Amino acid sequence: MAHAGTVDRVDAEPEEPQRLAAEARDRVRFEEEALALADQVYRVARHIARDDADELVQETYARAFRSWRSFQPGTNMRAWLLRILTNLNIDRGRRQQRAPQMQPLEANDYFLYDKLAESGDGVSDEDKVVERLSQDDIVSALSAVPHDFRDVLVLVDLGDFSYADAAQILDIPVGTVMSRLHRGRRILKRELADAALEEAT
Amino acid sequence: MNDPCAHCEEMMQPYLDHVLTEEEVVAAEAHLAECTDCQRRYKFEERLRIYVRKATDERMPAALKEKLAALRIPLE
Repeated sequence: MAHAGTVDRVDAEPEEPQRLAAEARDRVRFEEEALALADQVYRVARHIARDDADELVQETYARAFRSWRSFQPGTNMRAWLLRILTNLNIDRGRRQQRAPQMQPLEANDYFLYDKLAESGDGVSDEDKVVERLSQDDIVSALSAVPHDFRDVLVLVDLGDFSYADAAQILDIPVGTVMSRLHRGRRILKRELADAALEEAT
Repeated sequence: MNDPCAHCEEMMQPYLDHVLTEEEVVAAEAHLAECTDCQRRYKFEERLRIYVRKATDERMPAALKEKLAALRIPLE
């Protein structure tokens, strides 16, 4: 089409439908790609926003479809969508109920294993020890982790995002991602230990 | 480093996240090779991560998927 404009300047107009058609194609491609990621977005949303996840995912997609032009092709769309989602979550004030400062009893990293191993007739096979936790234990323990820690934990450990992606999504420094992640994992394990011990008694 | 197990514990999360330097990996693995206690705990942590991931894997309701598709902006 390069020659089209060279003949006569006025014929800029016939190009318009072509431009629109190309844009429509880009938009459809964008929408399809975004929808293909919906399961993964939902999975993260479910553990960031619990019962509000459905609504939040819909808001996220509504916004994404409206502002599709601000997505840079070739960059990580899943991260882009989750950035919208976490921002919406903050805007909605869902994070106001900031958890009180955690008590210093996060325990150490080996705490959960030690607790489970000592409560289980001396069986120390790692798979069996893990299986002492039920799915419900895990879901409720995760929801008991305070928001700031949980967001990072969910993005990295369930969503497979790198530290750098999580930092970008949440707009916090990578160092903060690392410290929240490590602390979040410890808090999760403490919650799991509590749940497992309760069941044992 | 007077307590190698305490040091090994500190290395566990970054080890499993694959963010240690090569030397740190070598050092951690050298300790793991001779310490079954730490080895068990590392294995447990690895299994736990997989287990947590499985336990939290929720499929998106089909109705929601349809709602998302309906949010697409129709072509003129």
